[in-house]
Amino acid sequence: MAVKTPIYMDNNATTPLDPRVLEAMMPYLTTHFGNAASKNHSFGWAAEAAVEKARQQIGQAMGASPKEIVFTSGATESDNLAIKGAAEMYREKGNHIITATTEHKAVLDTCHYLETQGYDVTFLTVDHTGMVSPEQVEAAITDKTILISLMAANNEVGTIHPVAEIGKVAKKRGVLFHCDGVQAFGKIPLNVDETGIDLLSISGHKIYGPKGVGALFVRRRGPRVSLSAQMHGGGHERGMRSGTLNVPGIVGLGAAAELAMQEMPTEGPRITALRDRLQQGIVSQLDQVNLNGHPTQRLPNTLNLSFAYVEGESLMMRMKDIAVSSGSACTSASLEPSYVLKALGVGDDMAHSSLRFSLGRFTTQEEIDFAIERVVRAVRELRELSPLYEMAREGIDLKQVKWK
Amino acid sequence: MPYNEKVLDHFNNPRNMGSMDKAARDVGTGIVGAPECGDVMKLQIKVDDSGVITEAKFKTFGCGAAIAASSLATEWLKGKTLDQAGELKNTELAHELALPPVKIHCSVLAEDAVKAAIEDWKRKNAAPAETALATEEMQGKTKT
Repeated sequence: MAVKTPIYMDNNATTPLDPRVLEAMMPYLTTHFGNAASKNHSFGWAAEAAVEKARQQIGQAMGASPKEIVFTSGATESDNLAIKGAAEMYREKGNHIITATTEHKAVLDTCHYLETQGYDVTFLTVDHTGMVSPEQVEAAITDKTILISLMAANNEVGTIHPVAEIGKVAKKRGVLFHCDGVQAFGKIPLNVDETGIDLLSISGHKIYGPKGVGALFVRRRGPRVSLSAQMHGGGHERGMRSGTLNVPGIVGLGAAAELAMQEMPTEGPRITALRDRLQQGIVSQLDQVNLNGHPTQRLPNTLNLSFAYVEGESLMMRMKDIAVSSGSACTSASLEPSYVLKALGVGDDMAHSSLRFSLGRFTTQEEIDFAIERVVRAVRELRELSPLYEMAREGIDLKQVKWK
Repeated sequence: MPYNEKVLDHFNNPRNMGSMDKAARDVGTGIVGAPECGDVMKLQIKVDDSGVITEAKFKTFGCGAAIAASSLATEWLKGKTLDQAGELKNTELAHELALPPVKIHCSVLAEDAVKAAIEDWKRKNAAPAETALATEEMQGKTKT
């Protein structure tokens, strides 16, 4: 069995560009180099037409009108624009924002920044599967609440929030609903009208498009949402986001969105089957492996496991032909274990022992089988090396040990 | 984490991995770190009558640098007297492995493990009754 290594299983971090997307982009990197804001010659018109096509493709993929799509440099900017833009615009209405502790840093840090500007933020806690309930959201709403910001699906554990139910609560209480759709968009159906989402952030490079491009859906009817611009300049994107449009990137995002929607009916079941094969293959051969995240309400490509008694960084080093990520502190710049796993109530010890496998469009069954073999072997080897495993086998309760 | 060749070598081919009988009188055991911190090292030394370390073993739960630092420490300990072993500095381990700044704590932990093993041996060989209690405590058998 010939498997080409290294194997990439970190598609929630980023994805490779689909060759078909690159093909769509190529002319706009070369011959059609015009500025989409140049209204008086064919170079500009070609660029503008390409951008409008992408707007259409993206709108269609989420059930929005093309006019509701604002292009950005990526989802971090989309989250910033949505949250700060809405907070500033609706400041007179209120100063309260609701989000959750497992959100991406682009949302959390933006909210922390707003706290320094006189806003109140409620950070909802999640249950052990990573879920926020609509009841929790409703209970947190006050007469000062102007925005709810909750992700569609979590990047680390893949848990899918009940977005439509949260959207209903938001609508009923007249509060705007921003959703970070980066991980969910293109992987599972996400329709802005069915879910009542008012602002939706997406990113190109998570869906086999290019890096450096993203978009924000900004609802125009029922309600019409206004945002205070965060980037000032030439008044592009209806004044909401100035800056010359990244035409090749936008073309790529549009093509990637269209492809993702076309392939979802076949790709969803395929990737779910591969993910389940990976999970089964590992847990059937190893004891003391815990699933992090929701057992069923989970992205089809995501598998986050904790391997007791083994540390994540060394595990990744031992299975070095497979690219994954870990919630271990040793792999983060902050030297803290994953805050998402912490929020789920996963102990620090098990957070250090976690690996996230995120499969993608180009993952094959051969790669899955290769990964199963490698992971199982690496965990066994490192458990042989682990004093904790030895102590546990001797019947020592590690929780009772006084560590020095 | 981009590691130096020496770290990778120790990580991929750990020296002196294993365990010795921690109840044995000539064996000193040091267990340092905590699972919550992502590092636990167990380092053991066997000491002969003349006070020379004849054998050293380790098991480590931790990152690549922690495993490499403890592996290297066991290599250095063999043939040393207890006094010489007590002088082992984390900086020497860190230097030898060219550890990046964020991984210096792994070499500190290895030094602590060596010191703890020496202490355990000394305690055992001074007053056996105390040792049994200390070992039990470390194993979590003593309910608090």
